[in-house]
Amino acid sequence: MTENTSFDVDPLVENVSPEPAVVVIAGDYLNKLTGEKIERECKDKLDAGAREIVVDFSQTEIINSIGISILLGVIDNAQMAGAKVVFSDLKPESAELFDMLGLTKHVTLQ
Amino acid sequence: MIEQSPKLIHAFGALAELGQEVANKNNFQETIRTSLHLLSGALGIMRGGVARYSRYAREMNMLAIRGLGDEFPLSLSVCVEDERQFLTNGLNAIDAHAARVLPFFQVYAASFERRHIELFIPLIIRDEIVGGLFLGEKATGEPYSSYEKEIICAMGRHIGVAISQRNLLAEIERHSEENRRLFEDLRRTYADTVKAFATAIDCKDKYTEGHSVRVGKYTELIARELEWSPEQIEGAATAGYLHDVGKLTVERKIINAPYRINAKESAELNKHPSVGYEILQAIHHPFTDVPLAAKYHHERLDGRGYPDGLYDREIPYIAKVVNLADSFDAMTTDRPYKARRAAIDVVDDLRRNAGKQFAPELVIAFLRGVLRELKSETKDRRFRRLLGREYMEAEGLAPAITGALNELAPTSSLTYIAARSGSE
Repeated sequence: MTENTSFDVDPLVENVSPEPAVVVIAGDYLNKLTGEKIERECKDKLDAGAREIVVDFSQTEIINSIGISILLGVIDNAQMAGAKVVFSDLKPESAELFDMLGLTKHVTLQ
Repeated sequence: MIEQSPKLIHAFGALAELGQEVANKNNFQETIRTSLHLLSGALGIMRGGVARYSRYAREMNMLAIRGLGDEFPLSLSVCVEDERQFLTNGLNAIDAHAARVLPFFQVYAASFERRHIELFIPLIIRDEIVGGLFLGEKATGEPYSSYEKEIICAMGRHIGVAISQRNLLAEIERHSEENRRLFEDLRRTYADTVKAFATAIDCKDKYTEGHSVRVGKYTELIARELEWSPEQIEGAATAGYLHDVGKLTVERKIINAPYRINAKESAELNKHPSVGYEILQAIHHPFTDVPLAAKYHHERLDGRGYPDGLYDREIPYIAKVVNLADSFDAMTTDRPYKARRAAIDVVDDLRRNAGKQFAPELVIAFLRGVLRELKSETKDRRFRRLLGREYMEAEGLAPAITGALNELAPTSSLTYIAARSGSE
């Protein structure tokens, strides 16, 4: 079953995973302080039993340091909960940055 | 090792953003939270915190944390030895494992280990510890390079400046608040002293007990009606309270004479405005017109007043206000040789003497104030409290005031009030 977050959620992923999964569309929202909401929502879903967080970057052009920090928070929370983090539709330059900063060591790229 | 240029560009981007964030003077808490994000995101740091140092409590108090969990202390004590070492170290990264000789790293060793704190950076601005950065492991799992430590220190300097600015602002606010309180205390003391003086003046005259206090209050009411500023209203009230201070030097038997005093006694009594001026001039008042009000409150617009027989524009405005308040109280209180006059008669007297004894615009303001209270257009019942309910409810008082107002200012909006009252 796929749980919806209160922001952007891809309805197509419903029932794809046997474990409860949450899909987050990063958008541009991630790069601001208000992006902390994503982290909080993901934490709430993890606390509620979600075992997979899928972050969809298909609408994200650039990721700045605030965005990276928020994603690190999502990864940290997921690791503490024993859940998996998947980054999907990542632009090559973003993938390169994530690789350089070590984020890709903790997530699955899709 | 030469760092990869994309990593360098990314880190410098974060540094530039941080500089902008600090310069923007946004909400302080948000600035600190953003700063921690930028620092973590610049180098891929999994967890960390920004603390503000209280040198009085010798504590590092966390302002923002990320990934440190609920068990990490939010307030960390710093001893004298730690403080000395931090100052010696300057704004440079300290390896938390290598610094175990310091009490700070011994006391919190368990917490640091549990949350993988690898670096501590004391934020030192102008030779003062203003805070500290606590940084955990990098997402790469690799140790911090010297280049990364330099980036962290550069960003730490920005955060330190933000904290220092906030401390400075808080200190200015604290001093400003302290000054405001001191000023308020002084102001209250001055006001109390003025009232005490007014009571002392009134004690000398058993027949006009409370006269100075009432004149102070009437003067204040006129000033309010004229829409003066709070400071001007306070000054006007003070002038009213102290207008008769010169009477302190007049013989009690003259002041309390239960008969019309003779010419000699009158001359003695009439010295009180000038004497009052001399007394008040020696005092440094926050309101400069107070001595002038005492000196000229018996002057008349037609030049028939005393002590100098000044005409209209020669008379200080505050003295005109006090004169009206003084005369009104004299007419509306019992004197040993004269009973108080009926309210309607007083209104008529004010109307007739506007332009002769009293400034017309002041009579208008005063009567307008009474009328507004009679029509319950004001919440407070100041005139009622000073004159008594029965006096204020005298039959025909409101129409008499309306008539006087129309006569004094026939083209003013008060004509409308009269027309409306007449049609009702």
